[in-house]
Amino acid sequence: MSVLIDKDTRVICQGLTGAQGTFHTEQAMAYGTRMVGGVTPGKGGESHLGLPVFNTVEAAVHETGANASVIYVPAPACKDSILEAVDAGIELVVCITEGIPALDMLYVKEFISHRSDVRVVGPNCPGVITPGASKIGIMPGDIHMPGKVGIVSRSGTLTYEAVNQTTVAGFGQSTCIGIGGDPIPGMSFIEALSLLEDDDQTEAIVMVGEIGGTAEDEAAAWIKDNCSKPVVSYIAGVTAPPGKRMGHAGAIIAGGKGTADEKFASLEAAGVKTVRNPAMIGEAVREAAGW
Amino acid sequence: MNLHEYQAKSLFGRYGLPVSEGFACETPEQVAEKARQIGGNKWVVKTQVHAGGRGKAGGVELVDSPEQASEFARKWLGQRLVTFQTDEHGQPIHRILVETATDIADELYLGAVLDRASRRVIFMASTEGGVEIEEVARETPEKILKAEIDPLVGPQPYQGRSIAFQLGLKGDQIKQFVKIFVGLAQLFEDKDLGLIEVNPLVITGEGNLLCLDAKVNVDGSGLFRHPDVKEMEDPSQDDEREREAAAWDLNYVALEGNIGCMVNGAGLAMATMDLIKLKGGAPANFLDVGGGATKEKVTEAFKIILSDNQVQAVLVNIFGGIVRCDLIADGIIEAVQEVGVDVPVVVRLAGNNADEGARKLADSGVNIIAAESFDNAAEKVVAAAGEQA
Repeated sequence: MSVLIDKDTRVICQGLTGAQGTFHTEQAMAYGTRMVGGVTPGKGGESHLGLPVFNTVEAAVHETGANASVIYVPAPACKDSILEAVDAGIELVVCITEGIPALDMLYVKEFISHRSDVRVVGPNCPGVITPGASKIGIMPGDIHMPGKVGIVSRSGTLTYEAVNQTTVAGFGQSTCIGIGGDPIPGMSFIEALSLLEDDDQTEAIVMVGEIGGTAEDEAAAWIKDNCSKPVVSYIAGVTAPPGKRMGHAGAIIAGGKGTADEKFASLEAAGVKTVRNPAMIGEAVREAAGW
Repeated sequence: MNLHEYQAKSLFGRYGLPVSEGFACETPEQVAEKARQIGGNKWVVKTQVHAGGRGKAGGVELVDSPEQASEFARKWLGQRLVTFQTDEHGQPIHRILVETATDIADELYLGAVLDRASRRVIFMASTEGGVEIEEVARETPEKILKAEIDPLVGPQPYQGRSIAFQLGLKGDQIKQFVKIFVGLAQLFEDKDLGLIEVNPLVITGEGNLLCLDAKVNVDGSGLFRHPDVKEMEDPSQDDEREREAAAWDLNYVALEGNIGCMVNGAGLAMATMDLIKLKGGAPANFLDVGGGATKEKVTEAFKIILSDNQVQAVLVNIFGGIVRCDLIADGIIEAVQEVGVDVPVVVRLAGNNADEGARKLADSGVNIIAAESFDNAAEKVVAAAGEQA
């Protein structure tokens, strides 16, 4: 089995009739994703790419039995779109759009924290793919291969790098989850890691992090206590200069955390195999898994 | 986006929070005139730049006459202020804030930040005001008082009272502090802020609280719904190349090394810099051309990278997801011809239409070093830069 999505996942697209929604829905359909409709308020009743268009997510769910939604609407409307999908009973909401105000995501996260039946991936992310079965997002399908490595990442193109390396090495991927690079993501590393830990198809995990915040440190603590599978991790930004600072509040709250070196140290202390060379992720998986 | 002190204080004023009477001035004459208008016999003159540490750098002064105030302005306007929070070039000074001087009995610290880990706006306060607050946080974290704002109910007076009593405030100061706390929390929410800092929050000689300094950072993603705040943007405080890049929707940060980088995606761009370093080189910049890299953007990116005369080689690392590598290749060929690139350029293309892209580069006749892999690309560019040096 994979996690989050498989060939039976019924997907709608919020913002289907827009340029991004159109392009990526065509790509997803070509990949084999079971697209069942789209939502564009005011265009209900029309047809686009051969899919029925609805005015509301509620109507789309009612008519199509959709259980996942991918969001390409502009950033100012994303909070509304995510909440609409959650309220309509969508179980997996994947928000690709970047540039959503951080406070909007704070409210979204608060809203979904009371509901155990829904998962929000993103925003500002490439999406989720279960190779050979279903692709919800903007990642290039052809670099993936069905297989046994689960990948979770904060980055977009850097995720493709990890995917490509595990494909070239012949391992393939179970499911790849791009959780996105925003300060407050819908899905955390820990949530993604626990899904992959519980998944039979996943035999090893690659976690790609970045400087900033403490999400990787929290993930390291979780891995130490809960993860039975080999985990390989790369953190981008060893050479990134500390941002131009203003005031002290950020430094006080971070307590000196957030650099790549500190994250590498947390992960190593948790028994994770870290890799300093981002071109060696596939090789590190081979070593960690003993393949 | 950062605000100047005078802009932040104007926001504070709209929320009824106590700030000194003051004016942001652009000429020495105006500084003197406004000092007279404010009245009294002592004033503070403060350079307006996007950086902390102004006082220690000489950018803040107490003066006894309007003439001294204009003298200070004459000295600083048009100059750059270098503080421990700026780079070695400092920040340009276009305005001086002149304020009535405050009789200070005590200094406190009050700050608020959007905390990723708890997903809350968190307020922090301390009796240790002034510049040593980070040291306090490191060595005696228990001296930092904290309050979390619940997104459902917002800031509550009891939270403010609790901090106020722990800070040792008395009598009417308690009420004043609650008003400041609730007002700042409201401002944070209303204007999509990322950070507020009042350092110091002072107790005046008369025993009243006053926001003596104000730092505000606004979430750039929220600006679309705050045209009044958007107007406060001061591009002169940003690096010139970064500003130029932003106009083309390119994310550029200048660094100290000699290898220019052009990459799609922030994570891969950082990883590319890391790998160059690992191979013994030094990246000259961070540059993310973004998802929709067009010919025009690639050309502009080359121009910006090469405007740094430290650059002795360029690495282009593109992983085509949405963007097609053959289109990127067209962009690179045109850019190299148009801009007249005279340093070695190493190109690594992967993903969407990468083979077609590689073929175009090979057939173009332009002088480009093709790399087969990410690792190999970093090695080649470090070697190429080494030969130039």
